[in-house]
Amino acid sequence: MLENYFPILLFIIVGLAVGVAPIVLGKLVSPNRPDGEKNSPYECGFEAFEDARMKFDVRYYLVAILFILFDLEIAFLFPWAVVLQEIGLFGFLAMLVFLGILVVGFVYEWMKGALEWE
Amino acid sequence: MMDAAQNLLGPLWPVVWTMVKIVAIVLPLMGAVAYLTLAERKVIGFMQVRLGPNRVGYGGLLQPVADGLKLLMKEIIIPTAANRTLFLLGPVLAIAPAFAAWAVVPFDLTLVLADIDAGLLYILAMTSVGVYGVIIAGWASNSKYAFLGSLRSAAQIVSYEIAMGFALVGVLMSANSLNLGKIVLAQSGGFWQWYWLPLFPLFIVYFISAVAETNRAPFDVAEGESEIVAGFHVEYSGMAFAVFFLAEYANMILVAMLAALMFLGGWLSPVPFLPDSILWLLFKVAALLFFFLWFRATFPRYRYDQIMRLGWKVFIPVTLVWILFVGGMMQTRWAYLFH
Repeated sequence: MLENYFPILLFIIVGLAVGVAPIVLGKLVSPNRPDGEKNSPYECGFEAFEDARMKFDVRYYLVAILFILFDLEIAFLFPWAVVLQEIGLFGFLAMLVFLGILVVGFVYEWMKGALEWE
Repeated sequence: MMDAAQNLLGPLWPVVWTMVKIVAIVLPLMGAVAYLTLAERKVIGFMQVRLGPNRVGYGGLLQPVADGLKLLMKEIIIPTAANRTLFLLGPVLAIAPAFAAWAVVPFDLTLVLADIDAGLLYILAMTSVGVYGVIIAGWASNSKYAFLGSLRSAAQIVSYEIAMGFALVGVLMSANSLNLGKIVLAQSGGFWQWYWLPLFPLFIVYFISAVAETNRAPFDVAEGESEIVAGFHVEYSGMAFAVFFLAEYANMILVAMLAALMFLGGWLSPVPFLPDSILWLLFKVAALLFFFLWFRATFPRYRYDQIMRLGWKVFIPVTLVWILFVGGMMQTRWAYLFH
């Protein structure tokens, strides 16, 4: 069983190599002439004023939090969907209750305007 | 010859043989990624009554090679304000999952590297890692445009990942397996047995989410060259930029492949009198990729609030309703329609 996963490990390593190799190669062949102006952050030709890591919209946090909720939801739905045929009507109704609770939360956040981006 | 090699390498043989198989997947994939960039420029060129690149090689066929060489020769600039390690880690994390996910993709009944039962789960895990590359690149660049671009892009990717996940739940309900090969086999019986028909709304949601997930037009506000120049990879140059660029195209091919496997019957033939073959799979993937390019040539860019509204307020309710509908129908005597 576990040896089925060995090719996957190798493939992940190859995938990383596909990312690392071009950059290393590029570093080796390309010129390297650092320059104060060239290495400063891009800001349309201006000197960068204030820190780039500035305050940003709280809605990005909100999206991240909602994403965790829904993604967990999907993680719960996956095994349920696979065995749905065996667990039949009872399994379907149980998930209906679970999804119902989720939908209540979803409607609440919708009404609260958490999904508005004007 | 293989016996001889097996004797020579002894216990190392499985490792070497697996590596050979991996290379046999990765090299054609790289070629496909390189030529998808040319195909995009050619297709969009013709749609705009231009010729597209036609100078390098016969009819422009060597253009990707020329582009690669040019980018290779360009200096990789690492801004002084950037976090060096994270800055270089970003592109690697963006491209590695797009390639690693191919470990479980079945090309044929027997042509699969790792035939595991948690295949779909693995793919979902891998595609989720890609967003780290975007966030890390945007943060490590320490530049305003990169930072804003990465925030937008990350929020968009995670939003559409939910819709995609729900769409896949529908497929699992019909196929009763997470194994990609079994999902394809569950669709056998010709064109009308494939899951695009019973799960039509989910297929549409999945495909549009796939476009948004890969940050492609018309959902490419992350790049938004008219407002935040190029988004999260504005500070990248040379090969570091090329890796991001390739990651985008590798992701496109991956999601097109998944759509073909899960909704369009993978390698199965649409009609009974033609044999099943890997060629069908390649044809389906190519057709789906053509839609990606067509969208870019046709649609104007969405506004960010429209993108988020579409993801949260349209796609998630649609998928939820269809999952419940399919689940309900499966309790009735019409269940066979959805298997």
